[in-house]
Amino acid sequence: MSKTKVTNQTKAGLLFAAPWFIGFSVFLLYPLLKSLYNSFTEYTILTPPVWIGLENYSDLLKDELFWKSLGNSFYYALIAIPLGTFVAIGLALLLNQKVKGQAFYRTFFFLPSLVPVVPLAILWLWLFNGESGIINAIVEPIFHVKPNWLGDVKLAKNIMIVMSTWGVGNAMVIYLAGLQQVPVALYEAADLDGASPALKTWRITLPMLSPVIMFNVVMSIIGSFQVFAQPYIMFPGGAPERTTYFFSVYIYDTAFRDNRMGYASAMGWIMFLIILVLTYVAIKYMDKRVHYEAN
Amino acid sequence: MAKKSLKHQNITNVALVHVVLVFLSAIFLIPLLWMISTSLKTDVQALAFPPVWVPNPPQPGNYKQAWEYGMEQLAGQAPMLIYARNSILIAILTVTGTVVSNAIVAYSFARLRWPGRDIAFAITLATMMVPFPVIMVPLFGLFKDFGWVGSFRPLWIPAWFAGAFNIFLLRQFYRTIPFELSEAAKIDGCSEWAIFQQVILPLAKPALAVVALFSFMGTWNDFLGPLLYLQDQKTFTLAVGIQAFRSQAGGAPIHLQMAASTMMVAPIIILFFFAQKQFIQGIATSGLKG
Repeated sequence: MSKTKVTNQTKAGLLFAAPWFIGFSVFLLYPLLKSLYNSFTEYTILTPPVWIGLENYSDLLKDELFWKSLGNSFYYALIAIPLGTFVAIGLALLLNQKVKGQAFYRTFFFLPSLVPVVPLAILWLWLFNGESGIINAIVEPIFHVKPNWLGDVKLAKNIMIVMSTWGVGNAMVIYLAGLQQVPVALYEAADLDGASPALKTWRITLPMLSPVIMFNVVMSIIGSFQVFAQPYIMFPGGAPERTTYFFSVYIYDTAFRDNRMGYASAMGWIMFLIILVLTYVAIKYMDKRVHYEAN
Repeated sequence: MAKKSLKHQNITNVALVHVVLVFLSAIFLIPLLWMISTSLKTDVQALAFPPVWVPNPPQPGNYKQAWEYGMEQLAGQAPMLIYARNSILIAILTVTGTVVSNAIVAYSFARLRWPGRDIAFAITLATMMVPFPVIMVPLFGLFKDFGWVGSFRPLWIPAWFAGAFNIFLLRQFYRTIPFELSEAAKIDGCSEWAIFQQVILPLAKPALAVVALFSFMGTWNDFLGPLLYLQDQKTFTLAVGIQAFRSQAGGAPIHLQMAASTMMVAPIIILFFFAQKQFIQGIATSGLKG
């Protein structure tokens, strides 16, 4: 009796999961393995792949644009992720102080993160427009200069970072929810000991929030290397002087403009490996510092 | 006396917090207000420097102009109407597929026992780390072999086969539903499908709403997918359509770009105000249960 029940549940379990097994195999596992194979070939979509061993990878090492675009993506990730995390937690801490109108402020901070990426890119091009942009309308009267933000080799890349920080609303909502789960008793105990607000934040709030921070940082690492639409729309060809040429845009151009599918696949795999390594390092590094509630 | 000064200090603190919050709110809101303001200006006012802050007089006609911009190339049909129709159609197909498939698959991972389930679930979670650029090329080749390139099919059919993030989200929710309910239904002779349909689904509605919401946002937002698979302007979605509108043939003037952008943002903002609770709770749970 119990045996047939088990097999019935197995049967049902496999049947219910079947759509995902198919989706996983066809739309994920197959393309993943195929791109690994392609990365060792010379391949245009029109002719079949020709095996060339490690040539794509050795060519990449000598490819200046590869290093440049990879550098740009790292620069973006290394600044945008800590900055975004810092701002999101800061806003969440501010909002968590039981201020009147909390829901309104939360909505205000959250709204920008709802803006779809195409209007987002178009809007930020306009904000930082050197001639009539609103940023220069604020900068010019104070500093008496009108920087050409979008065309400046030092500034352009950073606009992408500011833009991503504008969209931290999503992360802020997560941190705010995390803060509201911190047991009030911990603060009450600290109050009895006469702890200052800063000390409470440092010794109670942040440790209690650390698992959430870790999860979000890992997800941000995975996401930031894939940022595509913003640089593609805002800075065609990575202008000025390739300073905004991101790794994912280079992969796209190599595959779909230059028709070098094998080379693009090799870059795709390098991106995958970078994400795996960074995720591993982030988890290893933070795991020691993350406070897990015993439960 | 001491108590009074403490109270006084609290009031200044609270006031300070509000000042900071108002200032920050301005930073977050001004870009959006600037978008709307520009969308209502004449071309001369839009480009004036120092800027004209409030359109005077407002030009709501810009929206009609943006809607119809480039109509000549499309045999007199408003391009934005075509893009919006395409975006909505793809969104309906994607959201339906995402909700149906993930609801079913998550049931298996959350409430049924089968050998290898936990390993399969771990692998499922790991797939979230696979970046799209690594599978982009073979996926394109696959869809080309299927004869799907140029149609909407590459954009919505995969949604019918579930995905790691939503399986994870729904599994978390399904597991909070008491197992006694399933047991009771089983004793009544219900099949797993009947339990899923009659016991679990009605209770899972809030979670399914969140999945629907996120998946709608995802397709409405998607730029790379349509860019890869859609070549004919008549098949463009709003995302690629507005990008083309901005960049091709000299490009539309800025006040019309902002009007078009506002039209693409507006449905999302409206949706947010109707489903605020689902948005906030959905985001919170997706980020907390790690």
